Amino acid sequence: MFEIGLGHYLTLGAVIFTIGLIGIFLNRKNVIVLLMSIELILLAVNINLVSFSIFINDLSGQIFTLFILTVAAAEAAIGLAIIVVYFRNVGTIRVEEIDKLKG
Amino acid sequence: MMNLDLIFPEIFLSLSIMFLLMVGVFKKNSENIVYNLSTIILLILLALVVNLFSVSETFVFNNSYKIDSLSSFMKTLTILSAIFVMISSFSYLKKSNILKIEYPILILSSILGMMIMISSNDLIIFYLGLELQSLALYVLASFNRDNVLSSESGLKYFVLSALSSGLLLYGCSLVYGFSGSTNFTYISNTPTNTEYGIIFGLVFIIVGLAFKISAVPFHMWAPDVYQGSPTSVTLFFAALPKVAALTVFIRILYTPFINLIDQWQTILVFISVASMIFGAVAAIGQSNLKRLIAYSSISHMGYALAGLASGSNQGIQSSIMYISIYLVMTLAFFSCLLMLRKKNIFYEKIEDLSGLSINHPILSISFLVVLFSLAGIPPLAGFFAKFYIFMAVIEQSMYFLAIVGLLSTVIAAFYYLRLIKIIYFDKPKEKYETDHTIGLKVTLAISTGMLILYFIYPGLLNEMVSRIAVI
Repeated sequence: MFEIGLGHYLTLGAVIFTIGLIGIFLNRKNVIVLLMSIELILLAVNINLVSFSIFINDLSGQIFTLFILTVAAAEAAIGLAIIVVYFRNVGTIRVEEIDKLKG
Repeated sequence: MMNLDLIFPEIFLSLSIMFLLMVGVFKKNSENIVYNLSTIILLILLALVVNLFSVSETFVFNNSYKIDSLSSFMKTLTILSAIFVMISSFSYLKKSNILKIEYPILILSSILGMMIMISSNDLIIFYLGLELQSLALYVLASFNRDNVLSSESGLKYFVLSALSSGLLLYGCSLVYGFSGSTNFTYISNTPTNTEYGIIFGLVFIIVGLAFKISAVPFHMWAPDVYQGSPTSVTLFFAALPKVAALTVFIRILYTPFINLIDQWQTILVFISVASMIFGAVAAIGQSNLKRLIAYSSISHMGYALAGLASGSNQGIQSSIMYISIYLVMTLAFFSCLLMLRKKNIFYEKIEDLSGLSINHPILSISFLVVLFSLAGIPPLAGFFAKFYIFMAVIEQSMYFLAIVGLLSTVIAAFYYLRLIKIIYFDKPKEKYETDHTIGLKVTLAISTGMLILYFIYPGLLNEMVSRIAVI
């Protein structure tokens, strides 16, 4: 039987992080998807922190994770509010149509 | 025993934010009261922070919070410019109908975030300060919520800033994992066998911070956000967050990662050279003044980073000097901009400046001083700021950085001089209104005066900065 070690968790974190990054840069459809990608990045960070915290036997990583979860919730709330404000003004949240500011 | 006196300014500020929220909720139509109260709170805060100047390097909260000469100086700088931002933007908010109780409260909470960032000596504290600052800034950028441009700039700033926070956090998690602690002092003592993981994390952290001060290649949000946000918010964006982010740059590079100086020096030189050149070249084709000042601020951040890249105490001091003078120039430029008003409409195009000198000679002279100072022409303060940076860089024999800096100063001078030409030699337009508030006039007078008179008595600022010794 093989043992699941630190490397596996870090790989999982890196994979989720990359998916989040790719989601932001390739997405041309919807701003909500951007929000989901940002959440994915933060989750990848949390996986990293918790697994490090277990393997180096130090509690501060898990505390950091709790703070990140809290901030992520606040960030999502503000992000959704801004999206609503934008939608009221323009009537669309398609990423490729967000181009009023160009110089 | 922990010494709570040292964080008294932060405690006072957070309590006042809660108090102002209560005032706003329970008293109808209290916008003016809340606005004036928050200016007074900032004045008291200034006194409290100046009071801490005599404290030598002290740590509180298990070494996670640091009070030293750097933090006191940067906090004073932040609060002073916040006061001027507040008094100069009152009439703008009133005239554009966005004076609500939330505005000063959001400004105060982002200042609380900046103060926490400036003093942080721990990754967790630093991250929380950064987020407190940015969450308030997202809302401020989209504050004019019925305006398409303002809400779009808020949306763009939100998405890109959240992305950069994500990158920065990933870096933090790697640094934590490979060094075993989130504390800056502890990280600097880690053995070198885990170096690669830490370098990897450091690169992510630098990317996140470079985004916050809008250095190339992470500058793409700055022109859009500067143009779309209400002008008073743009002033806030252009001035304050950069001070906090630059302080964190100094803290992170020179405390935990000083052993890796060979690695991060290359990155900083690249970022600094790219920002100086890009900021100078891209500003040439702009027609909106706020967009132009965004590119100009990108290039100024390049100079500030050049001082940091030199890796010496003199370099750090020259960058601190640079950011202080940059703040004064930004305040002066934006107070000029806030004076271009006709019938409650504020003008921000370059062509609106045409022939300004005929109808408004005094305003034009202030513009002239600010633009010459931004271009770095002696004997104005902007020249000395650049001079100190070049001195520090040449001292470390980084001639490439100095040459690129000089060349981009020459390129940038082109568009500043073009503005002066438009103000003085083009056909005049209709007169602007001249009934400005005292706060705006005072801000413009003080900042322009400082730019002109700096060369007579440079000792005051120089002496305060020379007390800051990071390494």
